[in-house]
Amino acid sequence: MEYRKERIDRGIKARTEDIYALFSYREMLYLLLPRVVPILILLLLTLMVSVYWQKVLISTAVFALLALSWDLLTAVGMVSLGQALFFGVGAYMSGILNHDFHLTPLLSIPVATIGGGVLCTILLLPVLRLRGIYFAMVTLALPLMLVRIIEATKIFGGTEGLSGLSGLPSIRFELYLSLLAVLVVLFFFRRLINTDYGLVLRGIRDNDRSVMRSGINIYWYKAQALFLASSVGAFAGALMTHVYMFVGMPVFEMDYSILPIASAVVGGMGTFAGSMLGAFILVPLSEALRGVGGLRIVIYGLFLVIFTVGLPEGIFHYLQRKYHQFERWVKVEK
Amino acid sequence: MKQEVPFLNVSGLTKGFGGIKAVDSVSFELKKGEILGVIGPNGSGKTTLVNLITGFVKPDAGKVYYQGRDITGWMPHRIADLGIARAFQMVKPFYQLPAFKNLIIPLFSPRVKRLAGGKYGDRDAMAIDLLEEVGFERDSFVPFKVASVLPHGYLKRMELALCLALRPELIILDELFSGLSMAEVASMLPIIEKLLSENLTIIMIEHRLRELFRISNRVIVLNFGKKIAEGPPKEVMENEEVKKAYLGSEAE
Repeated sequence: MEYRKERIDRGIKARTEDIYALFSYREMLYLLLPRVVPILILLLLTLMVSVYWQKVLISTAVFALLALSWDLLTAVGMVSLGQALFFGVGAYMSGILNHDFHLTPLLSIPVATIGGGVLCTILLLPVLRLRGIYFAMVTLALPLMLVRIIEATKIFGGTEGLSGLSGLPSIRFELYLSLLAVLVVLFFFRRLINTDYGLVLRGIRDNDRSVMRSGINIYWYKAQALFLASSVGAFAGALMTHVYMFVGMPVFEMDYSILPIASAVVGGMGTFAGSMLGAFILVPLSEALRGVGGLRIVIYGLFLVIFTVGLPEGIFHYLQRKYHQFERWVKVEK
Repeated sequence: MKQEVPFLNVSGLTKGFGGIKAVDSVSFELKKGEILGVIGPNGSGKTTLVNLITGFVKPDAGKVYYQGRDITGWMPHRIADLGIARAFQMVKPFYQLPAFKNLIIPLFSPRVKRLAGGKYGDRDAMAIDLLEEVGFERDSFVPFKVASVLPHGYLKRMELALCLALRPELIILDELFSGLSMAEVASMLPIIEKLLSENLTIIMIEHRLRELFRISNRVIVLNFGKKIAEGPPKEVMENEEVKKAYLGSEAE
């Protein structure tokens, strides 16, 4: 007797994609659990872990923000290899506002978020026409250029950076602010991409000429998406400046460009939740491996390879599929 | 009497690609509510002509006037905003979206918002109505299927629906019938005829001459980028130069 595995979508999935009709508490829980449980786990973690790991959680949240920002740009068809640009611009802007204009962090962070978004959008405006790898090359080059400009002209503290900046009230405050930001951005982006506005954004990636003939200015929409994504990145940078109470050339480092992409790939692209999940796996993993010593990078790299080969669709896509389907063995009829 | 401004006026349009003139000083006029056929052998510049009118390619010389307004060299979305919709020969749907969600994008455009005057119905319902208009079965799963799994015939119909969603005044159909079976073409012809009866203006580029001649009463013929004939289908096909272009010249 031969058996095969049968996978069937749960009925509620088909119903709830567009029509929100819930018939029981069970169905409500079915929809609520995947949203509430991760938030509760995060909250519990913040209460349980040591100060060192609280710091790690903050930097995890920062990378998660950069990954979310990368995922939004990718959804619009703009592949960015330069998340460090958004991060660095936000970090420096907040640092300068605090250092030279003596703004408190509670004011300099929001100003740097919006200002950084505007500045990055203006910097990338001339290349909005480019697509795919051509856009990616420009985003890769820009942060490398900015760091050399700072080094050569010695502006903004030059190679020394700006130190002695004001910090945030407490580490708890930093922690909850960063995690709250991740959750807000996550749910906002997930909602946004499924509105009619979001459809236009996805349409640009799918077929930009078809969006143009529909009477929609794709450059205006791309600029808006770029502003949203770079604001999120700039916020991450501004936050980090005040966590470290220092800003310097390392904010333009490749780490801030590459790790968000790795997070999105490991977690699953195009869902935002996947990118966030990826960051929450990769960054703590990298910290946990510090004890291993010299082989740390090797083991880390091995993990990346295992994830991408074993689950090329990404962890989140896999979990989502398993959650929405049930499996059973059925007899094969000859 | 006031001189009437032609609906669309193309004069001396020229575009070269590295020494080869794809479109060579083509001129024609179009009246409102008219259907104009554009025919010509492969590589005669028909699609380039459409690209020039709709702004996807900038002309080297010549002008395009739409309702008296010079729209030469405008961006494609501005030209579409005026109400000039085009169907691509190579279908360009949004493959990752369900069929009816494809139409949300033109329905979301500034032009449709402006024409609706702020009052706006349910876009999803409007999208499904439009799909039904071009021959999608309403009470089936087809409008909800992802565009990438739809057969070619449906994608061609959707290409027409994407144009109609814009509430256009002029539709340019670039080989809408290419790759369709006789039966499919026969079922689409009444849709075009209905659009004409609604006073829409249509430019139709077509290789299927028999179907084109059934609905069109004026055609222009392109060959190597040049307009070689213009007039009613019967007359044009009697033209010596057109015969040569299509059948090849004798003894050369």
